[in-house]
Amino acid sequence: MSKKTMVHKGPGYQKKREGEPRSCIRFKCTLINTIQDVLRQRAGWVEVKDDSEWDFYWCDVGWLRENFDHIYMEEHVRICHFRNHYELTRKNLMVKNLKRYRKLLEREAGRQEAAKCDFFPRTFELPCEYHLFVEEFKRSPGSTWIMKPVARSQGKGIFLFRKLKDIMDWKKCAVRVLYRIPPLFQDGNRSEDQKDETQVESYVAQRYIENPYLIGGRKFDLRVYVLVTSYVPLKAWLYRDGFARFSLTRFSLSCIDDHYVHLTNVAIQKTAPDYDPEKGCKWQMQQLRRYLSARHGAERVEALFRNIDGIFIRSLQSVQKVIINDKHCFELYGYDILLDQALKPWLIEVNASPSLTASSQEDYELKCRLLEDTLHVVDMEGRLTGKEKQIGGFDLMWNDGPVSKDDVNLDALGSSTLTANTHLGYVNDRKTQLRQLLKPLPGQKKV
Amino acid sequence: MMDEGTELSVTIAQIVQKLKGSNLHSQLERQAKECLQRPEIQLEDLKEDVKEFLKKSGKKHLKCWETKLQNAVYRELNVLPPPSHPEAPAEHIKEPLAYMRKAQGSWEKRILKSLNSMCTELSIPLARKRPGNEQKELLSKWNEMGTDEPDLSHFRPVYAPKDFLEVLINLRNPNYDSSDQPSSKSHWGLIQVPLKVKDIPELRESFAELGLNSGQLGIDDTTQVPADMFESEHAGIGRKVLIEQDSAAAEQYIRQGCPNELRAELWALILNATNEPEDILYYEQLKSGVLHHDLLVDNLIYKDVKLTASNDDYYFVFEDYLYQVLLCFSRDTVVLEHFNYNSATPPKSYIQGKLGLEDYAVVYPPNGVIPFHGFSMYVAPLCFLYNEPSKLYTVFREMYVRYFFRLHSISSFSSGIVSLCLQFESLLQTHLPQLFYHLREIGAQPLRIAFKWMVRAFSGYLATDQLLLLWDRVLGYNSLEILAVLAAAVFAFRAQNLMEVTSLAAAEAVLADLSTLKVMPLLQIFLFATIM
Repeated sequence: MSKKTMVHKGPGYQKKREGEPRSCIRFKCTLINTIQDVLRQRAGWVEVKDDSEWDFYWCDVGWLRENFDHIYMEEHVRICHFRNHYELTRKNLMVKNLKRYRKLLEREAGRQEAAKCDFFPRTFELPCEYHLFVEEFKRSPGSTWIMKPVARSQGKGIFLFRKLKDIMDWKKCAVRVLYRIPPLFQDGNRSEDQKDETQVESYVAQRYIENPYLIGGRKFDLRVYVLVTSYVPLKAWLYRDGFARFSLTRFSLSCIDDHYVHLTNVAIQKTAPDYDPEKGCKWQMQQLRRYLSARHGAERVEALFRNIDGIFIRSLQSVQKVIINDKHCFELYGYDILLDQALKPWLIEVNASPSLTASSQEDYELKCRLLEDTLHVVDMEGRLTGKEKQIGGFDLMWNDGPVSKDDVNLDALGSSTLTANTHLGYVNDRKTQLRQLLKPLPGQKKV
Repeated sequence: MMDEGTELSVTIAQIVQKLKGSNLHSQLERQAKECLQRPEIQLEDLKEDVKEFLKKSGKKHLKCWETKLQNAVYRELNVLPPPSHPEAPAEHIKEPLAYMRKAQGSWEKRILKSLNSMCTELSIPLARKRPGNEQKELLSKWNEMGTDEPDLSHFRPVYAPKDFLEVLINLRNPNYDSSDQPSSKSHWGLIQVPLKVKDIPELRESFAELGLNSGQLGIDDTTQVPADMFESEHAGIGRKVLIEQDSAAAEQYIRQGCPNELRAELWALILNATNEPEDILYYEQLKSGVLHHDLLVDNLIYKDVKLTASNDDYYFVFEDYLYQVLLCFSRDTVVLEHFNYNSATPPKSYIQGKLGLEDYAVVYPPNGVIPFHGFSMYVAPLCFLYNEPSKLYTVFREMYVRYFFRLHSISSFSSGIVSLCLQFESLLQTHLPQLFYHLREIGAQPLRIAFKWMVRAFSGYLATDQLLLLWDRVLGYNSLEILAVLAAAVFAFRAQNLMEVTSLAAAEAVLADLSTLKVMPLLQIFLFATIM
């Protein structure tokens, strides 16, 4: 039976007076990594545990799934996930939503507009789309495909194949070893049916990108951070920092079995035999941007980053109508992007819980900045006007419409001539920006 | 002393001699021969007509002949040692001061001894021919030599920068009497040779374009400054310079920094590093040299790359390129030419049993350069700019024979490492005497920390974009003096923290991480905003 927890007033609680910044914010955090440090160091924020009431909760998705529907949150309370974020982050659902959105665009705005959604490789959900997949597979003989489990992360369970025979074996295996996943979690069905059904784990088969852009003979993917504070209307922020994750070994298609080459998740690389944790497998986004500019010129790189912006916007738009919007919710997504040799960006995955564990000092500092600025945007302290276009390292990318860098009247000019307000891979001038933007918190020394 | 006219004709003669053997010369000859058929060439004015024709033609190519010739001459002027007496022997052109020559000679003997003993200890020949199957294997792995994990545990670098520093510290001019008591007038630093170095007023003159009133990339292209104030105009000029293909103009232009997108081409233009079919072919020949013979120094190169570049957060990606460049570099005899103006002399090895017989002497390694610990860092930043191995190679080789060799040979040249060290110490003593005195007292001579930065031209210590901005100015001023100025500027920047330390180790810690430094503001403040 569902229980409604009453919010009781605990010690130190003060009802916020109109117009005044909140002085004491109670937070709860179940993760023991960078986010915990950032929350603990924030002036005026107090950690609460167990059953005490909270104003802010950095929760994990499991807790959300079980409790979100049963709790009452006051207006000011914030939580770091949307109820059904998996519409964007579960591989099979994301693909379904994108395909549907693409069809919609084609009907309403024509083929050219719909083609802008072609940033994900051909993907099929298995086992339900098996026949469609086989048709496509036969149409492109010799191509490489990648099989990914829908629900797992960190590269677990992923393998590559070129022959249908390879997945025949997998199919037999999968049927024998059945995974127990509650229907709710697996396919996003909101049914309350909790029957103990054992079902075959869902996978997606995706066309593998065989010509990735290589640096020093190595493959890499990009991790970019996008913060969504509202889906209706859609308000999304893009963080200037990010990084490129390199594969430890040189790229070659001839060894499909070499798991380590193709999967660039840091989690997988950590177990590779010659992994040296002291050795940086990451490049900061600024470094990558400079490298690409030096090699290909500013224009091409500008175009590339515009296209990457497009990936974020269109993927969010595709789930806009499906996600349960809730003013208490915000979410920090980790987008995984892959570049091919023609400098076309491809969307690999969206993560609702991007790793906040740091792999090095540099990485720790990046994640601290990212999380501090996330908290600035969420603005529990009520210090912002809501009209800002930049908060720390976050640039407002979409505010119920495109946001332009220049402060011009949008009606005056056609929107195609305006430059977007995104600065991925640019200098992150957050310190000076924040100093101008924020007044110091009560009890905090001047920044 | 010679008068100007004689000096000029000596210089012209030297350049003409040098260019006679070059590709450009043969191309011009060919072109001149072809144009004899043309109607506008008259026998009476043959010389003038051919000259006119050559000036005007070639415009359909990227560069016209006049500009190409101009660039070639300019290149020679850049590397030519200062004009000396026509009777001066070759060794004086390498290095005019006798005691420096002697010191360089003994240093070389030491290095060679170290190399030979390693050779004997490990019973590995200095060079050996690779068997056929080994050649094939290496060829197949050419693009991923970094995956090879040869056993390098017995190899050690022939020397490290700090060994070289000890030699420089012990340099003495036998004609200079420094027996006076140390005082505020004497030199406090480690380098005790009386070379002339510039003081700040002179440096301000030399580096006038870095002044507070000129725009700079590295300062005036940050987000706070609107792009149309300097950045976009400067980029526009850069593009024009590239279209004109004029090396001298490019060199002048780059003093204010180079936009990222234009850098690869501009550096190649300034260095006159071409990527013609002949250059690519030459590189391929070097590559086959690598395949045919295995050299002992190859192992030193492997070891150095594994120890330095592969451990760098940003350069590890370029590991394979480094082998492709450095292994070929070791076999490139064109590099031997630079020994005409380098105080160093390439080590000679003798064929077995023929010790001392000049006819059986062979330069080892073929390019005469023995790599030391950190050598691969000269190449690593260039990998950021160049894709094709042959282009990368040509640019690196040119940078080596123009600049980098000066950082590890003993000479009195104003851009040589000895002068740079002295320059650094003088700047510090004159402008930060309190800091220098304090560091001396706690046993932390500043040069001991700054030396490694300068020997590597700051590669691996600064962030890549900052390093490239610094090297822009090295190319623009055709001098390495800016390294000494930057080293002093870094100390000035961290002076407050350094005043509080009480040991060499603590001082090293304060200066351990330079990756956050912004090079151009530091230089500008030190040179132009220091109160004199």
